[in-house]
This record gives sequence, structure tokens and C-alpha cells, in this order.
Amino acid sequence: MSAAPTGKTPSSPADGIVLQLDQVTKRFGGLTAVDNVSFQIRRGEIFALIGPNGAGKTTLFNTVTGMYKTTSGTIVFQGKDITGLKPYRVAGLGIARTFQQIRLFSYMSALDNIKVGEHHRMRARLWDSLFKTPRARREEREVEAKAMELLKFVGIEDQAYNYARNLPYGHQRRLEIARALATNPSLLLLDEPAAGANPQEKRQLMELVERVRGQGITILLIEHDMKVVMGISDRILVLDYGERIAEGKPQEVRTNPRVIEAYLGKSA
Amino acid sequence: MNRRNGRAALTTDTAMRWASGWFQSRNRTIYTLLIIGALLYPSLMDIVTGGEGNHWIGTAAFAGVFVLLAIGLNTVVGFAGLLDLGYAAFFAIGAYTYGMFASGQLLASPLHHEFHIPFWVMLLVGVFVAACFGIILGAPTLRLRGDYLAIVTLGFGEIVPRLVQYLGAGSPIGNWTGGVNGIAAIDPPKLPIILTGPWFGLGTPFGVVKNFDFFNPLAYPLDFYWLMAILIVVCIVLATNLQNSRIGRAWMAVREDEVAAAASGVNTVAIKLTAFAIGASFAGFAGAFYGAQLSLVSSDNFEFIVSVTILIMVVLGGMGNIPGVIVGALLIYTTQYVVLTNLPDWTTSLATAVGLTGLNQAHGDWVGLHDEVQRLNYLIFGVILVAVMVLRPQGLFPSRVREQELEKGTEEQAVFDLRAEET
Repeated sequence: MSAAPTGKTPSSPADGIVLQLDQVTKRFGGLTAVDNVSFQIRRGEIFALIGPNGAGKTTLFNTVTGMYKTTSGTIVFQGKDITGLKPYRVAGLGIARTFQQIRLFSYMSALDNIKVGEHHRMRARLWDSLFKTPRARREEREVEAKAMELLKFVGIEDQAYNYARNLPYGHQRRLEIARALATNPSLLLLDEPAAGANPQEKRQLMELVERVRGQGITILLIEHDMKVVMGISDRILVLDYGERIAEGKPQEVRTNPRVIEAYLGKSA
Repeated sequence: MNRRNGRAALTTDTAMRWASGWFQSRNRTIYTLLIIGALLYPSLMDIVTGGEGNHWIGTAAFAGVFVLLAIGLNTVVGFAGLLDLGYAAFFAIGAYTYGMFASGQLLASPLHHEFHIPFWVMLLVGVFVAACFGIILGAPTLRLRGDYLAIVTLGFGEIVPRLVQYLGAGSPIGNWTGGVNGIAAIDPPKLPIILTGPWFGLGTPFGVVKNFDFFNPLAYPLDFYWLMAILIVVCIVLATNLQNSRIGRAWMAVREDEVAAAASGVNTVAIKLTAFAIGASFAGFAGAFYGAQLSLVSSDNFEFIVSVTILIMVVLGGMGNIPGVIVGALLIYTTQYVVLTNLPDWTTSLATAVGLTGLNQAHGDWVGLHDEVQRLNYLIFGVILVAVMVLRPQGLFPSRVREQELEKGTEEQAVFDLRAEET
């Protein structure tokens, strides 16, 4: 097996739809953050979510991953309705995510951060942990090896034993992706992975995203940098004020008048 | 395990390895000193007191109870980051579980039957019952965060002693707990057979004692002392195993960032519940021993101040670091129950010795040195605590969050636990 996790075998119907949102709405009091949004993501594609600030992209992420409850609509992941499931259940089913503001376990080593991602797949029970049974030891060794591979995969294996908080910013981004991959996802949600990165780091990150996709993992991406988005995405969905205003291939979206209007204002 | 696989990742930053190796060896040193101390303590006390060390040996066994409690609370507060202000309640539950089922107490209850279940069984039952109460308390409350959880646990810590007082003679459902009088004449631990020898005090002849009772004057209180030492070792091993397991990792993840932990597939409610249950079970374990050694349980021994004391032990010793909290427990116990308790007498003798006998008498507003010092007890204790926390806010031997990993740190950046310094 290669260094990185392979996606789970498809359990979805033959049409290869990994994630399907059907008229998903999320309201906070009077504010409609996500308004009746529907779309489908196909297996193995890089699907980007773009839109001006406050368009509801991150809210949509939080809705998909169970951090927010949907006001209405359904979310189907690999043929299973995951609407309203708790975040850890969603993660267990194979949706991993990163955060816009990096959320690592600061006072844990990089390696341990990744091991947490493998937590839900570990079989050691309380008893095994208490008495360090051979089974627990074996599993711990496997998890350690797997975590090391993931660190190598994202290219920060020399940081394995450092506290996450002491890693340089770019490495923290990578670590967060590695932790997400440790949950063995079929769908990876990346919330502005290139935010705050310099052009070179951006290129490297996008190269990493491509490699993740190469492992058979479908990617849903939020990104502000148009150059990055246009270069890497197979399809793009544009949100504005929580509404879907366009969807299509990068070329189509780029020339869509509503998109241009949303980004640049009417005068443009 | 880490070490084996991590060796490949080892590069050459020797300075870093030296520094972090120091943290690891620090813990090793503490353990070594504790073991040597525990082995020599009885003889030392006998020598110092001229053969009258029994009182101090018994005191040490009681201090051991607090070591167990500190190790247990450390899993809740130090590892999982959940502030529990009612920890003494679980201690009480363990002690009362043993007291009720290993004495004549339940004869007075509606059951009209005495239970004398062996200590060794009740030790485990105490663990189990306390863990159940941990879950009962945790299930509805662990959705709360931080301060709110602390307040609920505070309430629980107040309820349990009240309830225990209430369920004595005259309560509507019968006398279960002995009320304010507590439960007395609790069975001592027994062993079918034991070897006696110098380990029960110099001069004790070698021999075999059948139907050994822990209050056997031949061996008391050294037998309790050794039993306590063994139980502590067992608990240290179990707690350390947990810390380095998937559960320990999940606890720390929840402590660091609950949202990220959930997004990484950790069932945060279940893992916090586990922390609560495990913490409670340590307290139940300690409680059963406590009831057995004291042969008496009373709700007075489980008041709020006990919860606070245990928390102080954990914080002052170094949250999250097991050897640290053990040292914290021993130091606080010594300060509070030995130094401060005897301080009035000591100062009185000192005054007499230096010829200031006048200070010892009460006259006018002066209540006499003895009473004055007694009144100042908590003030002195408070000053000591404040001084320690000002000088070492991170605790005496703070957690270096898993030294064995830092030992292999390969980066030149600081890997010290800076959070402590930021406080």
C-alpha cells in the first residue's frame, strides 16, 4: 500500500455521486446564511466553493459536517442520509475537514495530532488501554506507523515530535490536512487551505491537494484565490448571500456575468 | 513504542535532545526518589521517633489515599481538562459503599441484614459504584463547558454529604448510612495467610499468620502502609497506560480543541464521560481503602474542603503530570494535615523553650499563642499556596506533555510548555 490513505470503496450508486445536497437551507434567526442550495459532487473530482466574504461557504461546510443543524433540506453522502448527524459520526462515515482558522491540538505533538484522527478506527477498548494488552500495543504500533506515513505524505515528517503550536504556519496547514486524512475519508473538505500562504506555498499546497485526489479522495474546497481555484478545480459552485448563483467548469464560471457582478459590483 | 518507530526520525539536534531528555529523566528521578523514600520511610520514622513511628506510618498511609485521589482527579482535570469541584463526592461514595457492605450498618436498614463482604471484593465494587455515579453525574452535565460544569460538580459535591447525613436514622426510607454519626466498626481487610517479618517493623519475627487481620498489632499500621504503596503503584501504572493510549490522546484532544476533536471523529461526549468515570473510579478505590483503614466513615470527611484540597494538589503539583501530582499530594497533605495541624502545639513549645511563656497565656484580646496560631491556620495555608502559585504558576513539576516525544524533538524551536509561562 502506498503512503497515503486510499479512499473507501464506493458504496454509492453507480452514478458516482459522493455528496448530494438537496435544497439545504441554514438560518440563524432572521439571517439566511445558506439559502436553498443544491449540488452534487462526483467521485474523484475537485469541487470548489467560491463566493464573496459572508456568502455562506463556511456555514455550508459546517452544515455538511454536522456542526450546524440544517434548517431544511437533506444531505446525502454515499447514498446515506447524513442530515443532522453529529460531527463525529459524519467524520466516521468518511467526511474529513480542515478549518479556516487552523484548529490543531496545540499542546500535542504533530504525530499525536494525526493519531487522534485515527481514534475512531482504533479497536482497543478501555480494558486494552488500561492494561496495555498486546492488542493495544500492536494497534498503537500500526497507528504510529500510519501517522508517520501521513506526515511523510504531507512532507513534514521532521516535525513529528514537535508541539503542533510550534510548527511554522505552512506546516500547520499541512498537519491539519494530514490529520483529516488520518480519518480515512472519501471526501475531504478544505476550508481555505491556501489562506495566508505565499505564492510558492500556495503552489505546494495545491500540488498536495492534487496528490490527495490522486489517492482517490474527492475534494470540496473553499478558496479565495481565483488563480488557485481556476487552476485546480474540476467544477466550481459560486455562492452569494447564501444563494447559488452559478455552477460549472472554471471557464464557464469565470465568464458568468452574475459571478463577475457578485465579485466586482455592477459597474464592472 | 514511540521510541522504536521514532528512532528513524531522529536527527542530530543533540542540544534539543539533551534538554528534553532532562524532562524525562526528571520524572524518572522523581519516581526513583519516591520509591526509595517509600521503602525507607517506615524505618526512618522509627529511628527518628525512637521506635514510636507507628503514628507517622499510619499518617503516611492516609496521605497515600490523597495520592490516589490526586492521580484520579488528574485524569479529569489534567488530561481531559474538565474542572471537577465535587471530586470528594466520589471519594465518599467509595468509602460509604465499603462501609455499608462491610459492617453491621445495614442491620439497622430496612434490609435487616448485616453484610460483611471482603475488602478485596469491595475495593472493586467501590470502583464500580463510583464509576457509575460518575456516569450518572456526567451524562446530563458534560454538554456544559468550563465554568458551568465546575458549578454542577460543585453542587454534586455538596449534595452527596448532605444526602448521606439525611439517610441516617429517621429518614423516610430507613437508616442506610448512619446519618451524622457515620458508620463505625467497619471490617478491616483480611488475608487468609501472610508472612510476617522485618518488613512489619524491625524485630518482628519471621512467621506465618493465618486469618490475618490488618489490625493485627503485630503488623499494624505497616500492613496498611505497604498495601497502600502497592495500590498506588498499580494506579500509577494504570493511569500512565491510559495517558499513553488512544483514550488518553482523545482526552487531550478534547482538552485542546473540542470542535476539532469532534471533526476528527472523536465522540467527545463519550470520551468526556470516560474521563469522568475513570476519575470517579480512582476516588472510589481510594474511598474503600480509606474506610477500611479508618474503620469509620463520616460525612465530615468528604466536605467541599476535601475536593478543593485534592484540586490544589493537582494544580500545585503540575497538572497532567502524574509524578508531579503525586509530589503535590504528598506536600499538601504534609502541610495541611501535619504541619498546620501541629503548628499551634509547636509554636507553644517553641515559646516555652525560648522563655516566652507569657505568650501562651490568654490575656485581654490576646487568646494565647496556641489559639492564635490555630486561628491563623488557613491564612498561613493560603499564603503558602499563593506564594507557590506566584513563584511557579505552572506547578512544581509541570507536564511536558509527553516527554518521550519531546525527547526526540528535532526542531530548534522551543518545545517547552510555554502556556505555563504565559499564565
